[in-house]
Order: sequence, then C-alpha cells, then structure tokens
Amino acid sequence: MSAVIDSHAATGHDHHHGPAKGLSRWLLTTNHKDIGSMYLWFSFAMFLLGGSMAMVIRAELFQPGLQIVQPEFFNQMTTMHGLIMVFGAVMPAFVGLANWMIPLMIGAPDMALPRMNNFSFWLLPAAFGLLVSTLFMEGGGPNFGWTFYAPLSTTYAPESVTFFILAVHLMGISSIMGAINVVATILNLRAPGMTLMKMPLFVWTWLITGFLLIAVMPVLAGVVTMMLMDIHFGTSFFSAAGGGDPVLFQHVFWFFGHPEVYIMILPAFGAVSAIIPAFSRKPLFGYTSMVYATAAIAFLSFIVWAHHMFTVGIPLTGELFFMYATMLIAVPTGVKVFNWVSTMWQGSMTFEAPMLFSVAFVILFTIGGFSGLMLAIAPADFQYHDTYFVVAHFHYVLVPGAIFGIFASAYYWLPKWTGHMYDETLAKLHFWMSFVGMNLAFFPMHFVGLAGMPRRIPDYNMMFANFNMVSSIGAFMFGVTQLLFLFIVIKCILGGRPASAKPWDGAEGLEWSVPSPAPYHTFSTPPDMTDEHEHRAGPSHG
Amino acid sequence: MTNHEQYYVPAQSKWPIIATLGLLITFYGLGSWLNDLKAGRDESSGPLIFFVGALFVAYMLFGWFGNVVKESRTGLYSPQMDRSFRWGMTWFIFSEVMFFTAFFGALFYIRYWAGPWLGGEGDKGIANMLWPGFEYTWPMLDTPDPKQFPAPSGVISAWGLPLINTILLVTSSFTLTFAHHALRKDKRGPLKLWLALTVLLGAAFLVLQIEEYIHAYTELGLTLGSGIYGATFFMLTGFHGAHVTIGALILTVMLVRVLRGHFTGEQHFGFEAAAWYWHFVDVVWLMLFVFVYVL
Ligand code: HEM
Ligand SMILES: [Cu+2]
Repeated sequence: MSAVIDSHAATGHDHHHGPAKGLSRWLLTTNHKDIGSMYLWFSFAMFLLGGSMAMVIRAELFQPGLQIVQPEFFNQMTTMHGLIMVFGAVMPAFVGLANWMIPLMIGAPDMALPRMNNFSFWLLPAAFGLLVSTLFMEGGGPNFGWTFYAPLSTTYAPESVTFFILAVHLMGISSIMGAINVVATILNLRAPGMTLMKMPLFVWTWLITGFLLIAVMPVLAGVVTMMLMDIHFGTSFFSAAGGGDPVLFQHVFWFFGHPEVYIMILPAFGAVSAIIPAFSRKPLFGYTSMVYATAAIAFLSFIVWAHHMFTVGIPLTGELFFMYATMLIAVPTGVKVFNWVSTMWQGSMTFEAPMLFSVAFVILFTIGGFSGLMLAIAPADFQYHDTYFVVAHFHYVLVPGAIFGIFASAYYWLPKWTGHMYDETLAKLHFWMSFVGMNLAFFPMHFVGLAGMPRRIPDYNMMFANFNMVSSIGAFMFGVTQLLFLFIVIKCILGGRPASAKPWDGAEGLEWSVPSPAPYHTFSTPPDMTDEHEHRAGPSHG
Repeated sequence: MTNHEQYYVPAQSKWPIIATLGLLITFYGLGSWLNDLKAGRDESSGPLIFFVGALFVAYMLFGWFGNVVKESRTGLYSPQMDRSFRWGMTWFIFSEVMFFTAFFGALFYIRYWAGPWLGGEGDKGIANMLWPGFEYTWPMLDTPDPKQFPAPSGVISAWGLPLINTILLVTSSFTLTFAHHALRKDKRGPLKLWLALTVLLGAAFLVLQIEEYIHAYTELGLTLGSGIYGATFFMLTGFHGAHVTIGALILTVMLVRVLRGHFTGEQHFGFEAAAWYWHFVDVVWLMLFVFVYVL
C-alpha cells in the first residue's frame, strides 16, 4: 500500500486523473473539492447534532417547571449545543466553502498545502468524537457553558473536562492549519494578473478571517492549557488563593472569543457580497470600502473583548474604553450594510433562494447588530447581562447571520458543485420556514430577556410562559425545516435540471468560467487576469 | 509575480489520517492518565495508550517529513511551492508568537492589576477583603492562602544561570547564522561545524535549565504549586524549554541531512525554516529574561 503511494508521490505529475475509488478517496485525498465537500457534510452533521440539543433545551423550556430533563443534563445540553454549533457547524462550514471556492475564485489548481489540508479536516471528526464522548463519561460532559469560565470549569468541573480541553486542542490545531493553508493559498496561488484588489470579496474576507484565526486560536490553546495546569498540576492561574485571578480566565478567553465571533461572520459577509450583486445585476457598490471596512472590523475586534465582562468588576476606565471601542465597530459594519443596500438600489432584482437568504441576512443581521449596540452600553449591560436578551442578540447574528450566509452560499454554488439546479420551489419553502421559524424562536427572547429571564436555567417564572412557548414552537419549526434542506441537497446531487457553467446571469468571477459540475481538477493552467479591471478602477466592471 | 509553470499537486497520502489517529490516541491516553492520577485510581490504561499514540505520531513525523524531503530532492518543487512553504512557516511562527502572548499577557495582568488589587491597592483593591492583610509583592514570596499554595522561600536570580543561558542562546543564534552563510557559499566544512556547535549550545542551554529547575524545586520550594509566581514562571520557561527542545531536534535533523549531503547553496528551505524557528525561540527567551527574571 505505502509503496504504491510513495511511487505516486515520487512521480507526482499525474494529477490529471480523476478521483480514487471507494473509501480511500476520502481518507487519503489531497483534492480541495473532496476536502471541501467533507467539511461541508461534517458541518451539516454537527448542525443537526447541535440542533437536536437545542430542541432538547427548547422542549424543556416549553413550559415553566422541570419537565423532561434534569438540570444537570440541561447544563450539558446548553454547553454542548454552543460548542458544537460554534466549532463544529459554523467554522467548518466556512472552511469547506473556502476549500471549494477559493482555488476556483483565484484560478489556482488546489490549495497551497494539500496534504495538510486533509489533516486539518480529519482532526475535526476526532475532536468532536472525543468531545461528544464526554457526555457518556462518569460525571457527565461539560456543563459550564460554551464560555467555560473558571472556576466552574476547573475547581467545580466534572472529570471529563480533561477530554474537553484536549478536544479543544485538536480543534485548535485543525483551525490553525486550515487558516494557514487558506492564507498561503491566497497570498501565493493567485492567477497571474490577479492583484489583491481584483480578488472577490469572499477571498478578501477569508484572508482576514484566516489572519484572525491564526492570531487567536493559539490564545484559546493557551487558556485551556492554563486550565489543564490548574486542574492537574496545582498551578493557581485562576485561583485567587494562590495570587491568581478567575477574571484572568475571562480576559484570555474573550481575547480569543471576540475575534472568534468575527471569524464566524466575515466569510458570510464575503459570500453575501458576491450574491447580492449577482441577483441585483449590478456590480457591488463600494468594493474598496468593503475591503477596508473588513480590515477595520478585524482590527477593532482585538480591542473590545472586555465588553463581555462589564459586570465582572473591571476599573471604570476599562468599562469606558471597551464601551466606546465596541461602539466604533458599528461604523465599518454600517459601511457594509450601506453598500449592500446601495448595490440593490435600482437593481433588476430577482429573488431566488440565495438572494432571499442574503436579503434576510442584511435585515436580520442588522437587528442583531443593533441589540449588540444596546449591550455595548456598559451601564445598560448591567441589566441585560446573562439574560435571554443576550441569547436573542447572538442568535440574531449567528442564525440569520452565519447560518443564512452558509445557506445562501450553498444554494448559490450548488449548481457549480453538483452540475444540477436545486429545486427552487422547495428552496423557497426552506427559506420561508426558516425565516418565520427563527424569528418566532428568537424575537420573543428579547422581551423575556429585558424582563429579566436569566439564560442557562431550565426553569423560569410563570410570567415568561407565553413567550417561551412561542419561542419553542418557532424553534421546532426551524429545526424540522433543516431536514428539508438535507432533502433538497440530496435531490440536487442525484439529479435535476442540468446547470450551465454560469447558471446565474448576473454572477461574476472565475468560478463560473469552469463547467458545472466543476471537474475534479481545475486551472491546471492558470487563467490570465492581467486585462481585468481592478474593482477599484470604477463602476464599469463587468 | 507568481509563476505557475509546474505546480505540484501531491497524490493521495496516508500521512494525514495516520497523524489524526496518532494525535487522537495520544490525547485520549493522556486524558485518561491525568484523570486516573487525580482520582487516585491505581490501575490506569492511560500511560499505555498514550505511548502507543506517541509511537504513531513519531512514525508519522518520520514518514511525512521523509516524504517531503524525498520529493524535494527529486526536484518536484517549483519556486512557487517553495513560497507556499515559506508562507506556511511564517504564519506558523506567528501562531506560536500568539501562544506565548497569552502567557505573557497573563503575567502582565497579574503583576499590574490582579496582584495589587489582592493586596488592597488600586481600583479593585476591595479584593483584599478575601484575605485581609495580604500584602502583594513581586516575586510573590507570600501567597494569600499558604496552606493551599505554599509560597517559595526564594526565586531564581537573573544573574546566575539565566544570564549564562542568555549568552548561550544568543551565541547559538550567531553560530546558526554563520552556518547559514557557509551553506549559501556551499562551504560544507564550516557549515557542519557551526551547525553542530549550535545544536551543542542548545543542548547546554537545556541542561542548565534542568539544573535550574532542580534547584528551584529542591532548595527554594519554587514549584508549579507555589502560587502564581511559580505558575507563570514554570509555564513561560517550561513552554520555552519545550520549544528549545523541539528546535534542537529539528536542527539535529538538519545536521544529519547536511552530513548526508542534502541542501545546496540556492535550495535549502528546510534549513532556513529551522533557522527561523530557532531565532524565534531565541527572541522569546530574551523576552523571558527581561520580564520573568530581571524585572
Ligand atoms: C435551531 C436553531 C437554534 C435554537 C433553537 C437555539 C437555541 C438555543 C438555546 C435555547 C440556548 C440556551 C440559552 C440558555 O439557556 O442560556 C442556546 C444557546 C446557545 N446557542 Fe443556540 N440555538 C440555535 C442555533 C444556534 C446556532 C446556529 C448557533 C451558533 C452558530 C448557536 C449558538 C449558541 C451558543 C453559543 C449558545 C450559548 C451556549 C451557552 O450558554 O454556553 N445556536 N441556543
Ligand atoms: Cu464580543
């Protein structure tokens, strides 16, 4: 076996063959499309798993009182739901999209480091296998929230926390290698003549996301390492009895955590910036300002972390600094929203599924941004902190933000991936059910949150009963609808109207210059982009 | 500008999946081992699993890097591939920088904020209510709760072993640069000499570092468990030491490759990557020397 592989490696140049047969194709692959597909499938599996945990949570919260699960198990569900959604569903989905699309968008034959690429992927099933197995260990799985604050996660943690820490390390290694690969690909493998300012925005936002990942995943590794040391080797990083400080945990965690939220949203910004122009049949408004706004957001994301800690006891100067710095983020974000709306302005718009999800993205993400601004007001946050208002806020940026961005991308590029058009009617149904479901689920959380309902608690005051029931119904609706998405994707893979190379008449970019489905190997000879306009050269593009 | 004539797309490879399995087994073994130790369970399968996993990882490292070396020596790599490796290594080192940043950040936070607050000074001096009368000093020779975290009787002075170690490491960065210059000019004799000397200096550093640790543990009572001073001290110097070990191993591999006649004056990225890594480790040490030992 190994001899065959080695002799292959030694000859190397036979990269015009198709995919290998059977399981080995997936286990041993170095092909960016295979790896992209695996990332996407893995992400969807995690989305369903994390989603079913959300269903458990919402079933318990359907009525006040304890119904279905024990409080201990409830805590494990919220924790695992958060962890799986963040690290298992959203992040891998964007890495999958990057794998599939970035080489196609910049005219590269593959990713820069193809074997490391496969390694990055396979670490994920290992990491999540380990993480999920903790649920079955003695003492139960992680129950300290996805933010795993010390000392809950150290002194008072179940034994399985050790495996949680090691699973986070595996995820971290995977993310860092994945990000290095993306950044190296973008910096080094662009087709001749494709200058940085000719890159599609999805590529730009991923370049900046990659930078964020390489910068903050090691910090996450650092903080879990300190936990491991406190738990097993007697150090006192997070114990004031030895001169340490539990608040130190929160600083280090959120130094990772805030950039992390941009890691989950920037690639969606990029995808939407491709889709809105395509279905408005107009070039993107303000390309250059989009690039600078993305960079500005990334920069600011490093100096706002303590807005998660307003109530923990930081000096007044700190409260003020982090409050104003956080509000500054609204400026570049506003630039982006303005640009998307201006792109649609007077366009000849049609509303196929990718566009529906993108328009909903712009509107609902903005709502999430506004509740974020409310939370940024330090004195007000003393009221909102750790209530359902926070849960409403971050689900408005994550579900119609990150997740809708992923759905929009999936529908937009499915014809390129499969060679078939998906079923538009069903896709529209998927959109409307998701749209109604998620608003029903998450909008009432604003109200109960402002009225004081705490998060991460399995029971609540009678006065919150009605809104919670509405929330749960919306959540079930949203949850069930995702099975429809699975059906639509499988149907599209198996058949459907054949897709042309460029199925969207307003779409732009190199990915539409190759046939649909994209052949196993593309751009073995790079396209020449020298004569293309830079986006910043003016509105005449395309 | 980018050049694309012969882009090398490797064929299928078994190494990534072996690497994954190796890491998973190692981590699972480590976790069981630690948990069994902590719970005081005598029978633990952890160590065995851990070492089996570690063997896998070692096999993978030899195999994978061996593969890359072979490909490079068969001339499969284009200048573009070379640049991909360079970018990869650069960003990897940046990620390492950020890893150390987390620990340095913890040190600064304790020293300038949390520590004084515990001692009753500054904006949040009210923290002193936890252990009234606790006085904050740095190095912390008195912990808030000495029963749980017995304080050390002293700390390592900067001007003994650490100073010698600084000299050793800085010198090793120079010798490595001399080796690099020799390699560029294809002078194999001096190359071998300077490179071997670098490895020796690294090894000497490690020996002294171990000696320092023994001194700290046996004579000063300065341990991981002796409060936040010991925790930050050992985490920073320990992770640095681990990086010196890895760096020295990489340089040893480079030395073996040089002895086998690998590398040319123009093409020697493996060597350069090792050198970058070594200089990075050196810079971290200088930061440590200033912020952990001197200040
Ligand atoms: C099916 C749609 C979803 C529903 C119904 C849902 C519902 C919930 C509920 C009820 C909570 C617990 C709140 C609490 O008790 O404090 C929660 C927490 C959370 N959710 Fe979701 N969620 C959904 C999707 C997502 C997605 C897509 C993401 C991320 C991308 C996400 C990320 C989180 C996070 C980070 C937490 C916090 C966990 C913690 O408190 O530690 N959720 N979700
Ligand atoms: Cu934040």
